[in-house]
Amino acid sequence: MKNKKKPITIRTRNSMIGLGFLTPWIIGLLVFTLFPIGYSVLMSISRVEFTVSGMKPTILGFVWFEEIFTKDANFIPALISTVKFIAFSTPMILVSSIILALLLNKVTRGKGFFRALFFFPVVVVSGPVMSKLIGNDATLLIQANDYGIYQVIANLPEVISTPLLYIFDNVVLILWYSGVQILIILAGLQKINKPIYEAASIDGASGWQIFWKITFPYLRPMILLCGIYTVVDLSCMSGNDLAKLVENNLTRLDAPYSYSAALSWLYTIVVLILLGVTFLLLKERKEKQDD
Amino acid sequence: MTKCNCKGRRLLKNDGKWGQRLAKLAVYALLLDFGFVYIYPIIYMVLISLMPTSDLINPTIQWIPTYLDFENFIQVYNTLEYDVAFVNTVILAGVASILQTLSCALAGYGLAKYRVPLKKLWIAMLILVFVIPTSLTLVPQYVLFNSYGLVGTEFSIWLPAALGQGVKSSLFVLVFMQGFSYPKAYDEAASIDGAGPIRNFFQIGLPMVVPTIILSLLLSFVWYWNETARSGLYLDGNIITLPLQLDKFNSLFGAAYPAAQGSSLNRLNERIQMAATLLTVGPLMILYLVMQRKFVEGVEASGITGE
Repeated sequence: MKNKKKPITIRTRNSMIGLGFLTPWIIGLLVFTLFPIGYSVLMSISRVEFTVSGMKPTILGFVWFEEIFTKDANFIPALISTVKFIAFSTPMILVSSIILALLLNKVTRGKGFFRALFFFPVVVVSGPVMSKLIGNDATLLIQANDYGIYQVIANLPEVISTPLLYIFDNVVLILWYSGVQILIILAGLQKINKPIYEAASIDGASGWQIFWKITFPYLRPMILLCGIYTVVDLSCMSGNDLAKLVENNLTRLDAPYSYSAALSWLYTIVVLILLGVTFLLLKERKEKQDD
Repeated sequence: MTKCNCKGRRLLKNDGKWGQRLAKLAVYALLLDFGFVYIYPIIYMVLISLMPTSDLINPTIQWIPTYLDFENFIQVYNTLEYDVAFVNTVILAGVASILQTLSCALAGYGLAKYRVPLKKLWIAMLILVFVIPTSLTLVPQYVLFNSYGLVGTEFSIWLPAALGQGVKSSLFVLVFMQGFSYPKAYDEAASIDGAGPIRNFFQIGLPMVVPTIILSLLLSFVWYWNETARSGLYLDGNIITLPLQLDKFNSLFGAAYPAAQGSSLNRLNERIQMAATLLTVGPLMILYLVMQRKFVEGVEASGITGE
């Protein structure tokens, strides 16, 4: 390598080397992400025809989107079920991973064992495996009819019963998807200095107060991170209704690719909205901290 | 559940030895409860798959099989074409995980160590890649691979991995970025001794982030093993992998063991499905049992949490 001793050159050279390290990734970004995104915009607004020279899209406008909203009987139910799934599961996953991390943070013996146990599902979870387990009742920990309490809850007003029943039915699912989150929050908990807790309890703060006034604010960035991770993780799960709909329409005869491209754009928008909501709900509120 | 936790704390405040012990006990009891829920599907899967068919119908038998029956495993082994699918999956996921780790380490090193122009833009792009659903880029990528004749070959999986656009690549880039942000003095010392940037990367950088490398290799392997959305489409049935075989197991089984052929042995039941699931995730479970420490410590050491 040539060594030119001009200060500006060193700096540019430096950033060029950095760019060099980044090159494979940038090429990948252009070829496998940005180009496909652009292409799917094009496909979603056109009709794709197969000619001898390959695929030929003809731009039509927003016909497919119109059809999705006005004619497709499957879209709205799939949309609702997917949004419901993510919107219900995310808070449950966050709450349970906070609780489990708090519990883990309390024990010394067997900590490694429990950590390993709680992370385990991350390794085995996949679409087909989950659907086989769910399909064969392996995740049905609580048989609905065996417990009187189940019936009691089912008779409560819908606002209360729906989320509770959801927990009952999906308890394994909720816990299985919190493996990474538990570790993130646990690592966050371990970073909090002990003297802060001691000072608080000397001042007479109860456990409940300590959690909300000290632990929770400290954990906030981790919870935000976990929230975003959870939403992304759940939306990438190939089993959800919207993803299935996209897949099923892939080879639709009168609109190959383009109809499902339009669907997947709507899917993306929904995911981005959910992420936005998660971000707004969980982000740190700076003004409050100044008080 | 939160309530119990506070109760534990309140007891702690009482300062009594007994109170503390009780609180500890409560914590362990809760942890065991949760632990049971975690492991329940696995226990269920293993036990059901080992039960003879007669036990499934017998209402008095819930957990313990009267005797162990391995015959279904042979059927499943044949149906899944296990030998071929296993080797395929290992090669596919293994190579992809090495490529993905290398490309993500390079990108992470570049972002952490150098004043790269447009750094903010690249990081925004990382996050964008992470959050967009796979289905958005699935078809255009397919078209791309199709026009280069890569559909039905491993390269349709390996190429994106090699260029940092594989399964959850962005996550690994961010993790490596965090890992590589050790003091510059190390690199400067090496540079004074005459090491170029590439040598710096391999001899100073990579040894500093060994736990992260291991984590990235393991998690990438596991996630590529379990991945079906891309491989289902791009491999085009040309290369069979275990999860893909499991996905269409019911029809495969029907074809391999037609029910019309008589005996109840050929009926597709829970134990056969559970055996198929067990054989699919079994290798991962063994991997995890052996490497469990590396996984968990890797996540903690990697500084995913550092943000």
